[in-house]
Amino acid sequence: MARFIVRRLLAMVAVLFAISVLTFLIFQVIPNGDPAVRLGGRNSTPQTRAAIAKDWGFDKPIWQQYGITMGKILDGSVVSYSQQINVEDEIKRDLPATLSLAIGAGIIWLGFGILFGVISAMKAGKFTDTSLTVLSFIGVSTPVFLLGGLVLWLFAYKTQILPAGGYVKLTQDPWGWFTHLIAPWLVLSVLFIGFYSRVLRSNILDTINEDYVRTARAKGLSERRVMIHHVLRNSLIPVVSLFGLDFAAVIGGGAILTESVFNLQGVGQYAYMSIRQLDVPPVLVITMFTAFFVVLLSAVVDIIYAVLDPRIRLSG
Amino acid sequence: MPLGVGEVQGEGGVGPYKLALRRLRRNKTALAFGGIFVLIVVLCLCAPLYAKHVAHTTPSANHITDTIKVRGKTRDVVSPDGVPTGPTWTGKFFFGADTNGRDVAVRLLYGGRNSLEVGFIATFITCLFATIISLLAGYFRGVTDGILSRVMDLIWAFPVVILGIALGTSLALGGLDLGLFTVSGNSLWIPALIIGFVYIPYMAKPLRGQVLGLREKEFVEASRSQGAGNLRIMFREILPNIASSVIVFIPLMLANAILLEAALSYLGAGIQPPNPSWGNLIGDGLSLIPSAMHLTLIPGAMLVLAVLSINIFGDGVRDALDPRAEIRIEH
Repeated sequence: MARFIVRRLLAMVAVLFAISVLTFLIFQVIPNGDPAVRLGGRNSTPQTRAAIAKDWGFDKPIWQQYGITMGKILDGSVVSYSQQINVEDEIKRDLPATLSLAIGAGIIWLGFGILFGVISAMKAGKFTDTSLTVLSFIGVSTPVFLLGGLVLWLFAYKTQILPAGGYVKLTQDPWGWFTHLIAPWLVLSVLFIGFYSRVLRSNILDTINEDYVRTARAKGLSERRVMIHHVLRNSLIPVVSLFGLDFAAVIGGGAILTESVFNLQGVGQYAYMSIRQLDVPPVLVITMFTAFFVVLLSAVVDIIYAVLDPRIRLSG
Repeated sequence: MPLGVGEVQGEGGVGPYKLALRRLRRNKTALAFGGIFVLIVVLCLCAPLYAKHVAHTTPSANHITDTIKVRGKTRDVVSPDGVPTGPTWTGKFFFGADTNGRDVAVRLLYGGRNSLEVGFIATFITCLFATIISLLAGYFRGVTDGILSRVMDLIWAFPVVILGIALGTSLALGGLDLGLFTVSGNSLWIPALIIGFVYIPYMAKPLRGQVLGLREKEFVEASRSQGAGNLRIMFREILPNIASSVIVFIPLMLANAILLEAALSYLGAGIQPPNPSWGNLIGDGLSLIPSAMHLTLIPGAMLVLAVLSINIFGDGVRDALDPRAEIRIEH
């Protein structure tokens, strides 16, 4: 276990380093992405730009610039080019919205994904299965922004049941928090529910023919116990791994589309705004932040694997 | 034609692909949706013909001050307060106009052509590179595998949309200079390359696993003992054995590529205006839903139908190629 944790930590540091270099390079190769122009304004004189470049170190070689930016990120003093606001404070401000979205939607999509997958598998070939399959196909084929736009129109504009986007803090107004988030939760979940239920359905149908399931039935266990303890436990392994990655990506700002459509002001929307303004520091911090969660949760997933299936040993 | 060695097959000696094709032919739902997708592709390819001979306009021609006659009544293409006309269901403005007085049906077909083109190129790039990378990594193992797999992990740890927007925004501004040839910022190649690139790990990872298993098989050893080189073993022995997995991935990747293109275009990092694409059209329409619903619903329905039909057809292809799947239906 200790060995596993050490190896994973080392891998995490390596991934974060590589991600930061890659992000830095993506934004460095833009020909007219000169940050001095962004800081000084479009109409600034070459002298002002040169002064800004000197102040911020844009005239230094690229690896030194990288070093300076990373140093600032690590001691928490990095500011954005466009508004010169501390990036880490900004992310802390946006994080509650993103966490609320990710946790709520995560519970919904995992719950319904498993429920629909199990029902679909138990009724395989019957009408219920066919209808759920059709629904899940439509779910995975519909873009989030289209669904979100239509939901907003229907519930916020036409019937005015729900607020028209935005985020309210849970601590301020729990009911307002819920009404602002219920639509984003459901919209974000649709795609995942469709995907997870199909993966789980085919896993269950694979597992159900295994010898140990026949043995469990033969020794007289109830159908319910066989399904939950023998079939589902084994079929859930790939779903757990999918969930870990997807959940991490959503926490790290991957739900850009949902956050933008519902104007949730979360980390994803911040990432989007920063990318549009070619504002390198926030993008660097957010991509590293996301990668951190992806690596962390993939380690957690491996531990859950070992719990679900004792045959699996933890290795680096 | 002389009887070649390959044609001497015993009775019932039907190849795996022929069997798969037979199974696919029995799956009427998959075939029907495959047909719908082909129809959409053909319609979109005919965009210039439709624009010229039916709608008598071009995708970016502005008809904001024109009027049209619909069943004897004259109406403005765009009303004085800026609301575009809805579907007329006749040749001109079949699906109505947008706020600039452009023909939605024409833009829908041209947009579809762009979206599909990006989708197909991206899918081709993903499949090509993922196959090569998985062959190299799985066959050589060791250092080659280490480097390739770590690079894949790296791309994987980036959320797809963030990576796509970052690359899309930066490349749309500056274009891409590959030394031998340059790609300008508003070219379709940029979203196609980006989308093709970001999906490589999703396909390369599972394929690599298969190659790792296949390289230990007896037929590989047999081929090596006959003096076959690495390249020959990789492409003549192992590749045919992962081909069915690659085929299964193609529709999946195509559906994902079209969806990601729509998302990137919606966020302004995909196909650049005034070039239409399904994502652009939906994005432009969303803010106008209350007054001009058709601007969102029509491209939205088209996009969902296209992706849905690829997904269902792709599912049929998978069932046909993987006979294990069909026997599991009843227990």
